Amino acid sequence: MFNVAPVHFIRDEESMERKTALYAEHVAAGARIVPFAGWLMPLSYGSELAEHRAVREDAGLFDVSHMGIADIEGEGAGNFLRRLLANDVARLTVPGQAQYGVMLNAEGGILDDLIVYYLAPGRYRVVINAARREADLNWMRRRGSAAVRIVEREDLALIAVQGPRARERSVVEFPEAIKGGVLDLKPFTAAERGDWMVARTGYTGEDGWEVMLPADRAPSLWRGLVSMGIRPCGLAARDSLRLEAGLNLYGQDMDEATHPYESNLGWTVALEPRDREFIGRDALERIKSEGPRRRLVGLVLRTRGVIRHGQVVRTADGSGVVTSGGFSPSLERSIALARIPAGEACEATVEIRGRAVAAAIVKPPFVRRGKLLVTLDNQT
Amino acid sequence: MSDIPTDLHYTETHEWLREEDDGSLLLGVTAHAVELLGDLVYVELPEPESELSGGEACAVVESTKAASDVYSPVNGVVEAVNEALNDSPELVNQDPYGAGWLVRIRPATTGSFDGLLDAGQYANHIESAG
Repeated sequence: MFNVAPVHFIRDEESMERKTALYAEHVAAGARIVPFAGWLMPLSYGSELAEHRAVREDAGLFDVSHMGIADIEGEGAGNFLRRLLANDVARLTVPGQAQYGVMLNAEGGILDDLIVYYLAPGRYRVVINAARREADLNWMRRRGSAAVRIVEREDLALIAVQGPRARERSVVEFPEAIKGGVLDLKPFTAAERGDWMVARTGYTGEDGWEVMLPADRAPSLWRGLVSMGIRPCGLAARDSLRLEAGLNLYGQDMDEATHPYESNLGWTVALEPRDREFIGRDALERIKSEGPRRRLVGLVLRTRGVIRHGQVVRTADGSGVVTSGGFSPSLERSIALARIPAGEACEATVEIRGRAVAAAIVKPPFVRRGKLLVTLDNQT
Repeated sequence: MSDIPTDLHYTETHEWLREEDDGSLLLGVTAHAVELLGDLVYVELPEPESELSGGEACAVVESTKAASDVYSPVNGVVEAVNEALNDSPELVNQDPYGAGWLVRIRPATTGSFDGLLDAGQYANHIESAG
């Protein structure tokens, strides 16, 4: 019955993939380990649906140490990032503030999406996708100067604790030095003490932390968080959570061939002030004045079935393609992100295994902070 | 390794067949398959009375990550399908050899299981497939 190649399920001790500092924890917990972006990562620890629900209703724990972390330092760091990123780090004025955005090529194509933390004058930290780490760092280094240092932080692990009860339940496990005051952090801000950084950010649509810490301290924090009843969650739950939250996945919902205005990311592009010359600006201004030709929308399947990546979508405005599809445990039906021609269409059909299945076109997110944001009640 | 019931017939593609007292066959997927697939979220079942050809897809099980065809190991006719899976596909995860059965088949030929594996052979098969 398998079209799932067994190679996805290897647990090979001699494989080329890298292991995070928490690999032994995952194996000991019985996780299904899969290669992902050059790393051996947990796909799930038994039931990805239960893990998904834990994050929506309570608290869940993710090892995301595969993501790239780099510190951008020096007196030129701010101006360097203002040229490199479509969002404007000059909007970060208080140390600890964070900003989501994209890095573009000259044509406005998306090289990666990332979070920038402003840590101190002349000191920023970026968190980038694992699969884009080398390409991003090469791109940055080629555009650097003597006034900028780019320091990759492979010495750090990254643990996300997500869910309505994640923050209060996890904070007791933090070191004394950083514990005080983190519960007062506002969304998209961070506190830093030594090599520890606690940020109120995430990729699930729920409240929570992303914690950066020395890799050799990660196993004891992980075990402490598990002992507080916080459920370990794998990549499968991370994917269904981010899809419900309407958050793009790089390489699927966006890539170098797509620009922010057709990726729901226009809000991350800072065209003001107009004299800031960031890479991709000219292309984006032209696209904006002409009007984007495509849009990234949400789909909610009207009947049973599961929408998958790559399936064809038909609308009154023309055909498009599913960029991410799956089952939404919160909505208990299939949802998707799809890129379709620009227009006003609000109904679509998805070609699922040879059948045309009806879907409503909606504006993501589907779920945020535990609340369902789309309903089909008045449409079916 | 999950327990493999000794009274069933197996395929290399991880289906199982159980011969019932009335000569009909129950078709399902193995615990090993379910373990690899993860949580099922949708099961597509054939129409009752539709004809099945051995080796051809007759159902689809979809997990959070992928859709997989389920092949009928025998020629026959669909006598019934497990309607409970429409609302509760997780039954396949919870009880793959019992409440998670998929299709009841009236086989064209009774008592013929040529080419199918017994529990020991199936255990060796999944062992060697790693």
